[in-house]
Amino acid sequence: MTDVLGMTLTELRDEIASGSISSQQATKVYLDVVEEREPQVSAFREVLADRALTRAAEVDDERQAGKDAGPLAGVPIAVKDNLCTPFGRTTCSSKILANFKAPYMSTAVGKLVDAGAVILGKTNMDEFAMGSSTENSGFGATRNPWDLNRVPGGSSGGSATAVASRMCAAALGSDTGGSIRQPAAFCGVAGLKPTYGRVSRYGLVAYGSSLDQIGPITHDVADCALLTQVISGHDPRDSTSLTADVPDLPAAINAPPGSLRIGLPKEFYSDALDVEINAAIHKAADTLAQTGAQLVEISLPHSRIDRDAEGKLSSYAVACYYIVAMAEASSNLARYDGVHYGHRTSKDVEGIVEMYSKSRAEGFGQEVKRRIMLGNYTLSAGYYEAYYSKALKVRRLIKNDFDEAFKLCDVVLCPTTPTTAFQIGEKASDPLTMYLADIYTISVNLAGLPGLSLPCGLSAEGMPIGMQLIGPPLGEPVVLQVGRLFEQVSGISRLTPPIVERTGTN
Amino acid sequence: MDKSIDSNLVRHIGRLSRIELTEGEIRIFAQQLAAIVEYFDKLQELDTENVQPMPHAVEVYNVLAEDKMGQSLSPDQALANAPQRDGDFFRVPKVIGDS
Repeated sequence: MTDVLGMTLTELRDEIASGSISSQQATKVYLDVVEEREPQVSAFREVLADRALTRAAEVDDERQAGKDAGPLAGVPIAVKDNLCTPFGRTTCSSKILANFKAPYMSTAVGKLVDAGAVILGKTNMDEFAMGSSTENSGFGATRNPWDLNRVPGGSSGGSATAVASRMCAAALGSDTGGSIRQPAAFCGVAGLKPTYGRVSRYGLVAYGSSLDQIGPITHDVADCALLTQVISGHDPRDSTSLTADVPDLPAAINAPPGSLRIGLPKEFYSDALDVEINAAIHKAADTLAQTGAQLVEISLPHSRIDRDAEGKLSSYAVACYYIVAMAEASSNLARYDGVHYGHRTSKDVEGIVEMYSKSRAEGFGQEVKRRIMLGNYTLSAGYYEAYYSKALKVRRLIKNDFDEAFKLCDVVLCPTTPTTAFQIGEKASDPLTMYLADIYTISVNLAGLPGLSLPCGLSAEGMPIGMQLIGPPLGEPVVLQVGRLFEQVSGISRLTPPIVERTGTN
Repeated sequence: MDKSIDSNLVRHIGRLSRIELTEGEIRIFAQQLAAIVEYFDKLQELDTENVQPMPHAVEVYNVLAEDKMGQSLSPDQALANAPQRDGDFFRVPKVIGDS
């Protein structure tokens, strides 16, 4: 039996297209792994086994009939549970949406389906995408397949875990402050946040509307390129989506990048950064330099990271991000009021406002409540100028830094995270400590740029280390090209966590 | 910024947010929110005198749509998740006074 679990999505797609394996066979292989491994890692909110097998059979029939079933025909993919699907439920891992059945398909998932993919299930996440560990899920945490006592990262922890532990060929996540890239780094897989507006947000449950983007989490860069291409494109139903053409990304990444200037932000290599990660990123830079790339020191002053007098990490960008994200979240989550859908309190109420207040109190987790309240605080009379308005100005300064940097380099190379995956429970009691896990990823969302995380090594404890490549707006081709180049030259790709036992050959 | 986030302010924010809070939550949130807001105050260190705010990540302007009929949800689809349905309506408790 061909080693389905050892294949990338692209390889599996090719095997199915050649007829050497059917989609039903491949889907069954993954579902068997889910049955075995899911109890250990809890990556899924909902596994859609019957539906997946039925769909796989349909795709097999289409291919038998000689039809072109699409560039992803028959490949099993999981999607984060904040992507609306008109099948199963869409809960955002929140009790307030525990039984919500979306009446429509999100554009991104719809494109996967139109391309022939088989949707295996909806993955666990931090509630409403608010978190960096998936510990904020209303239905229990997901565990890192590299070490079950550690977090997989968040908020797309379920998706990253599902890919790393070979429970699906790839997954979709969403990224508002690092929620694709950070779990990808913690789980030793690749993850891309596209340029803001590259992928339609129609059907993505909104958290921070000026920051959110949907993107792929995959075994390698080639798979990232393929999935990004499938889900990208203008959508009239998302007025923030870009009209720019989508390039042929799988073809683009095989073209050598030519003379390449790689920017290393000097502010990112302070003592805030774990020593091993620092070394791994510099080794990656040297690896790329050996191919002829030029390493250039650049400066991102408003994204700089300091330690304050008490030794705590300090970053303007983190403050800016959280003000903006929480303000947007307080508005976006106002719709969960128990009126049209979602949880409604069963307690007696004197009127509609009490119904809102009790329903929301019962349905939302603590982190969500915190963010809604902070958002309302920073937007309220007397505080708007000092916080929200100020943050929007700092946002422009952060973006300007990148614009200047991209005059000197083609792509920025930096860490994805300040540490490797931390222990479950370690940061859960102090919100601020958790927020600081995002220091290397958030500027990218604030500036709307594309960012790719890919594994560049393992720590001494055996945990994956991720490196991040950031591009100019619509710079997916260069980011993916450099990522692919790194994979080829370093040989680092398709890392396998200890929990995975490979079946078949290899 | 010389504002303290005390229990009264948390209660007020809770009302603005339409989230009922227990006394215990009010106390804990007061501490946590105060620490986070103090962190936000760092931004005051930056000079943003002549800087334009940036509410959008990538700026697009005047994205308009033609005013023509397309597909929309049927009443049954729209009401499918209703906690309480009354014919073609969502049933809710009455709106009273000025809460």
